[in-house]
Amino acid sequence: MVIKEKGIEKILLLVALSSIAVLGLITLFIFEEGLPLIWKFGLRAFILGERWVPSQGSFGIFPMILSSFWVTLGALSFGIPLGLACTVFLSELIPSSAAVLLRPAIHLLAAIPSVIYGFWGLVVIVPLVRNYLGGPGLSILSGSLILGFMILPTIISISEDSLRALPPYYKQGALALGATHWQTIWRVLIPAARSGIVASIILGMGRAIGETMAMIMILGNAVKMPTSFLDSARTLTTNIGIEMAYASGDHRQALFATGAVLFVIIMILNSLAIFLSRRRTG
Amino acid sequence: MRARGSRYLTQAIAKVLIWIAALSTIGVMVIILFQVLREGLPVLSHHFFLDSPKDMGRAGGILPMIIGTFALTAVAILFAAPLGIGTAIFLREYTAESRISHMIRFGTDCLSGVPSIIFGLFGFVFFVIYLNLGWSILSGGLTLAAMILPTIISTAEEAIKSIPKSYREVSYSLGGTKWQTVTRAILPSALPGIFTGIILSVGRSIGETAAVILTAGSTLLMPTSLFSPVRTLSVHFYILAREGISMEMAYGTGAALILLVLFINTIAHVLINRYIRHRV
Repeated sequence: MVIKEKGIEKILLLVALSSIAVLGLITLFIFEEGLPLIWKFGLRAFILGERWVPSQGSFGIFPMILSSFWVTLGALSFGIPLGLACTVFLSELIPSSAAVLLRPAIHLLAAIPSVIYGFWGLVVIVPLVRNYLGGPGLSILSGSLILGFMILPTIISISEDSLRALPPYYKQGALALGATHWQTIWRVLIPAARSGIVASIILGMGRAIGETMAMIMILGNAVKMPTSFLDSARTLTTNIGIEMAYASGDHRQALFATGAVLFVIIMILNSLAIFLSRRRTG
Repeated sequence: MRARGSRYLTQAIAKVLIWIAALSTIGVMVIILFQVLREGLPVLSHHFFLDSPKDMGRAGGILPMIIGTFALTAVAILFAAPLGIGTAIFLREYTAESRISHMIRFGTDCLSGVPSIIFGLFGFVFFVIYLNLGWSILSGGLTLAAMILPTIISTAEEAIKSIPKSYREVSYSLGGTKWQTVTRAILPSALPGIFTGIILSVGRSIGETAAVILTAGSTLLMPTSLFSPVRTLSVHFYILAREGISMEMAYGTGAALILLVLFINTIAHVLINRYIRHRV
């Protein structure tokens, strides 16, 4: 009996290590495939190079890093205000019985496949941008609009959790001192839930940088330094998504190296978000 | 008086803005769903669901994609569910907060933030090439399993956490061992919560494209074994739309996808609600 119990505990420990094992394997294989090319061409030339012409052996991903940055920034500038507004709406402005009905809608927003968003962006947003603002329509602006919408569930669900986790006397105290409901929300509740809200924004940022298929459909995929929000662009993820199907040799390694750069960015953001939300609970 | 008036004005403006933002968010979501369904529902018929695609997907149906989607999802759940539930049991019942549990939680949190294209790259070199499984249901399913593992772990952990301590005390006082307590007292009560997490993961697997296209391929053929390449519904939708093969068929496939996801989410939602009521 005791031996069996000990055995089960050992097995469960091994099982529990599976997620770490997967993370380790991902790191190992992405870097093993990508690093040789970075050593061959030099980290500086790879990250700061402005030319990406695989047929001529030039692999510079600087335009893609910049594009990823601008698309993400654009997505956040739509996603943060909209996300926070929805958070406050759900947790403070409507009765909790109505919020219970609306919350599943937020879950649904997260469950709609990203290709559906990409498709809708392609048939609705892209023509709108082309007709009213000019340019090809397939652009950083169109991508940012769709992506801003796609990161809403992440921002809303995590920041709402942190607002609802606040002790009730914060709100009661502020109202008792004569603050209006809005002053209570803006000056007391949001600052108190700050680290959770920031964590939600960082996770949303991670989602935005990582999104691939929807962005392939909307961004237009031209490899060039982005100069305007109406330019078409290619991000780190879409570079991998588009070319992986036919790449081989150095070219394929360069795509894995692109993945490695993306992976490092994401891990830094993840660690930051985890640190912030630990501090909240700790 | 003036200052008093202005702060109520600020409040009114802020609240109006928030109402506008929230309602337009809901509005956009409804418009997206409505538009795809309006164009796509007329395409749906029993031929569409039961025929194979013809002419690269310009005509015919989506049967191989439906089968491919379910096969891939089944493989993913089959691998991820035992690992995820086992991890949750270990974290909740077999270890106190310690260095090892912190490490496992950190690993899980990190894994949940890894973008799907990275999972795709990993699945491609590891399952497709290194383990020589080729573009197949198995490669795609295993890649998806790695992707949904964090969701299953965290929902199972929440479910186990919410079981009252008294359940354990009763089991131990009756002479139950730890494993008996877990399997006879804790898991049966935590099952609905665990099941909800699994259903949410099914939804995520069905909607995934980037990781699947790199590991399961994009053939139009009917799969015959676990080692056959497949094209899932999401991948089919993506290829039809992006390569402009057929907008009509793309809308039809999109509508089928949305209906599937709506259906799965409704089940999950009903389960969550029943579960919460049951607990309280």
